[in-house]
Amino acid sequence: MTDTFLDVKGLTIDIPVGGGTLHAVRGIDFELKRGEVLCIVGESGSGKSLTSLALMGLLGRRIKVRAERMDFDGTALLDASPRQMRSLRGARMSMIFQEPMTSLNPAYTIGDQLMEAMLLHRDVSRAEARARAVDLLEKVGITAAASRLGQYPHQLSGGLRQRVMIAMALMCGPELIIADEPTTALDVTIQAQILRLLVDLVREMGMAMILITHDLGVVARVADKVAVMYAGELVETGLAADVFRAPMHPYTRGLLRCIPQPGKSRRGEPLGTIRGIVPSLVGEVSGCVFRTRCDEAVAACRGTIPQHWPGDGHAFRCVHASGARIAEQEGA
Amino acid sequence: MLQFILKRLGLAILVALTVSFISFSLLFLAGDPAAALAGETASGEDIEAIRVLYGFDRPMLVQYGEWLWSAVRGNFGESYYFKLPVSSLIAERLSVTMMLGVCGITFALLMAVPLGVLAAMRPNSIIDRIALFLSVAGQALPSFWFGLILIVVFAIQLRWLPVSGAATWAHFVMPTIVLGYYAMPAIMRLTRAGMLEVLSSDYIRTARAKGASELRVMFRHALRNAIIPVVSLAAVQMGFMLGGSIVVESIFALHGAGYLAWESIARNDLPTVQALILIFSMFYIVFNFLADVLNAWLDPRMRSS
Repeated sequence: MTDTFLDVKGLTIDIPVGGGTLHAVRGIDFELKRGEVLCIVGESGSGKSLTSLALMGLLGRRIKVRAERMDFDGTALLDASPRQMRSLRGARMSMIFQEPMTSLNPAYTIGDQLMEAMLLHRDVSRAEARARAVDLLEKVGITAAASRLGQYPHQLSGGLRQRVMIAMALMCGPELIIADEPTTALDVTIQAQILRLLVDLVREMGMAMILITHDLGVVARVADKVAVMYAGELVETGLAADVFRAPMHPYTRGLLRCIPQPGKSRRGEPLGTIRGIVPSLVGEVSGCVFRTRCDEAVAACRGTIPQHWPGDGHAFRCVHASGARIAEQEGA
Repeated sequence: MLQFILKRLGLAILVALTVSFISFSLLFLAGDPAAALAGETASGEDIEAIRVLYGFDRPMLVQYGEWLWSAVRGNFGESYYFKLPVSSLIAERLSVTMMLGVCGITFALLMAVPLGVLAAMRPNSIIDRIALFLSVAGQALPSFWFGLILIVVFAIQLRWLPVSGAATWAHFVMPTIVLGYYAMPAIMRLTRAGMLEVLSSDYIRTARAKGASELRVMFRHALRNAIIPVVSLAAVQMGFMLGGSIVVESIFALHGAGYLAWESIARNDLPTVQALILIFSMFYIVFNFLADVLNAWLDPRMRSS
């Protein structure tokens, strides 16, 4: 149960744009064991969604994906034929998208769409697929599940649709679930509910999950591992407990300062912000991409950035070897 | 769904009644029908006699009611020119036109939809360019010129097909191509545009994420949504083909309803013109109604609105 079954090393994603190449993701590494929850955190445009789509093989052919290694349970995803990828998608790895309002086909019933993946991948009858669909709809907390099967997406609210999307991803009992900001588009009141549901189901069924989010509160609650992404690079990875207790990279620490912490933040004290905006990734990218927004930037940030391992599985990339806290003192 | 159909049916009937009234009043727009009937040399007494004989002296609404009632039963009066019942005159011509229209729209759809789908699958590819070329050419070639070229090549030089007439299925090949080719570009461009839009939507990505094959994604998930506006367009074009295939009918000497309409207008044969206008309008109404029903079946959102 503890073997690494998803192993990504040096994942690079280039997007050709008018007059150049957008280096959207540059050499990221991460791995996942069965049953683990990895949260990828970062702001918009940091390459989180691209990374997940690359894993699923869902990026268009214009987008160039390279990696030293991108293995899913022994299958090299980048060398797999379209047919092999299809047999994985929806069966052994499934994805839940950000937009429940538009992610369901308006022309087909909920039932048809739920049963589709199972009928495609498993040798089951319609009746069996239907029974599984009803079962899962109940599991995701939809009442009168059997009668919902005949309804169309436009007859359901956003929250219900996302529950349907979750049930749909679970139909074939996948080993890996990729959830790309599954609650962003929902009302705040049901965000927590849906997320809890998703995490409980993942734990209950023993699946691994990659949860993409920019909500650190969510990460703190559900993640085993955290990967902090900034402008196409993983700046810090590690066990959630380590990263929250001792964030090493200035960006991670900046992010953590942006959320109020019960007991630590004082009443009336303004929350932290990170100044500036994400730099353009078109053309050659060198040195630390965060240096333009970093309070601890030094001349060496333009050069090659070393990777440091302060603890077991905890890694970050920064010129300040022993963590930025020392740098803070030096800089002062 | 039933409620939707009944609602649309009610609307269709209202439109049909309005159109029937307009086509009836055409008789009076063209001046005094009794005077027109009697001819230039007729005396005032003759005109009055004809007025009474044809019932033009009665109130217009009464005449309309009577005319509509007999039209519903298939009686459109007698043609001024042929001195034959209009209904039998039209029935004979309409089968040719219907045949041509059905073949034409089928040909157009069979060409346009697959081409549109292929073009959308690979935008700016060679297939897309060929499809664009074909549709620009289809829009630019006048039907009469294209028809004549086909006759020269396939009927006169190669002698594969008969030049004109409506005796066998072979007589319909060239007219079908000319008529269908004219309707093809709009359908193809709309299919392409619809497919491109649908293919970039989130639910297509969902379908791919489920492991659906490319063929399944294209036809089951994308085309069903993209085809909805195409259905409405095809219905309008079908109506147009039945009423407006005059050029094609006259090139290939197919004596259809379009040709009859042209002849009757030229001869001031009002009962025939009236009946044809009514029938062509009914076709439009029926096809639009069928398109609405088909669209509601394709798109569940339409049923509930």
